[in-house]
Amino acid sequence: MNPRLVALTITSGIVAVGSLVGFLARFHHKMDLEQWTVGGRGFGLVLVWLLMAGEIFTTFTFFGASGWAYSKGGPVLYILGYSPLIYVVSFFILPLVWEVGRKHCLQTQADFFQVRYGSTYLGAFVAFVGVVCLIPYVQIQVIGLGIIVEIASFGAIHRTPAMIIGFTLVAGFVFVSGVRGVAWVSVIKDLLLLAAAIFIGIAVPRIYFGGIGPMFAALVQAKPNHLVMPGATKDLGHMWYVTTVLMISFGFYMWPQYFAASFTARSARILRRNAVIMPLYCITMPLMFFVGLSALLIVPGLSSGDLSMLTIVRKTFPAWFLGVIGGAGALTAMVPAAIQLLTGATLYAKNLFRPILAPSMTDQQVAKLAKVMVLVLTSGAVVLAIYSSVSLVSLWLLGSAGVAQFFPGVVLGLFSKRVNSSGVFAGLVIGIAVAAFLMLTGRDPYHGLNPGFIALCFNFAVTGAVSLLTPVPTGGFDEKLPALGASPPRGSVSLP
Amino acid sequence: MKRPSIGAILFGLIPFAATCFSVSLWDRIYPMVLGLPFNFFWLILWLPLTPLCMWGAYRLEAPRTPEPPYREEGGAH
Repeated sequence: MNPRLVALTITSGIVAVGSLVGFLARFHHKMDLEQWTVGGRGFGLVLVWLLMAGEIFTTFTFFGASGWAYSKGGPVLYILGYSPLIYVVSFFILPLVWEVGRKHCLQTQADFFQVRYGSTYLGAFVAFVGVVCLIPYVQIQVIGLGIIVEIASFGAIHRTPAMIIGFTLVAGFVFVSGVRGVAWVSVIKDLLLLAAAIFIGIAVPRIYFGGIGPMFAALVQAKPNHLVMPGATKDLGHMWYVTTVLMISFGFYMWPQYFAASFTARSARILRRNAVIMPLYCITMPLMFFVGLSALLIVPGLSSGDLSMLTIVRKTFPAWFLGVIGGAGALTAMVPAAIQLLTGATLYAKNLFRPILAPSMTDQQVAKLAKVMVLVLTSGAVVLAIYSSVSLVSLWLLGSAGVAQFFPGVVLGLFSKRVNSSGVFAGLVIGIAVAAFLMLTGRDPYHGLNPGFIALCFNFAVTGAVSLLTPVPTGGFDEKLPALGASPPRGSVSLP
Repeated sequence: MKRPSIGAILFGLIPFAATCFSVSLWDRIYPMVLGLPFNFFWLILWLPLTPLCMWGAYRLEAPRTPEPPYREEGGAH
């Protein structure tokens, strides 16, 4: 049988089964806004694990990890550095966020800011920044899916139709099943991805070198400097590592979709247990490094490191296996994109559109608008992916540095009574301005430091200073506040 | 909001100290352990050690949190 056809059949089969599961996940659940966005706050340990693992391991980590190992070497270790630490940070923050979310019926990150700081405009600003940062992230998934399907089908399917078909399915199951659909598609995706990563990570070095140890021995002989920082780069040294790891471990759960995933849990204890065990799942990361490093010796000189894994898989394994990787890779793009779309759409409808433009909307109308926004955002991301050729990695890094600026507002909001909306607003604006200036003018790293980290320092300082210079806030989580989102029609949220 | 206990925070700081701040101590190729360069070995080692630390933190934190299921108690903590 034609290898193209074999690979293609398997890839599309996996995508079809994954999407079907996503559509069916709505069974027995009435899809109101609460069920659609946060799964009725009823997810247990396993579903929360699947959702969080599923949305965190994106095409960027899957292909980016092998890609950086291939093209940059030592600095790729920052991925292995920050991955366990984001869960350490989440251990201390997410259970508290969950508790507040439960008490005040929060569904989005912007809800959190709106209730804590008693300012609808701060909530709307947070929603706006969140949506702006999410769009390039979805775009990366769209492009990733296109590349994966194109390579896995031996070029039989061009990337544009692949992107359109894949993301029509994503929009479909998000529209129908909401966050529950995403969690269940993750089941399939994670099983496939885990099996594929372990198999390739062990098999590729074994086939070409006789094992992981001999592969490293060969690499130490050939390119000893590649394996320590700064590796193949000029300026990604130890200070860059420390500041980048800190920025990402603090900022990671500030991505609105990860932040909101904590609301799906049934209890705070589930989030703590999840934070304890999640680092074990990161074992796929070093395996991806091994593949990228093997590829450096076997297929040197690729134009883009991100293609190193797929290239070596295509060179090494039979067509059906490439089909499996193609399917796993496609789902790896679709699952995170689904939750990003869902989050972006909810933020827009609930925290930006309703409070600013149509305060009298009911929750049902918000849910409808959010679903329509899923379709709008999907089309937007696909169009951007087809027509733009901007460097997406830099956009993603800018997005990460942008969302990390929510960190002071969240942490101080949880632990300090003194911080107020003016302080948080000023800190956010300064932080985003500093990050955007440094990164868009090519100052990354800036004197060996991560620009997002520098921005975060400014942000903390300004948030603290402005809060101290302005009146002590009233309100906050300890006050009796009207529950958000759970009630029938109401005007703009009435907060003290 | 109830702050985490000092003990739990100390447990949480261990992985940060081991894998983040100490980078210049472990970012080297030799001694190679189990065929891995030392920096790769060290970070991989902390994938199971981090859950161990956080399990310690969990043991300290779990008794301090009222659940399951957590119900609204009426405001102040």
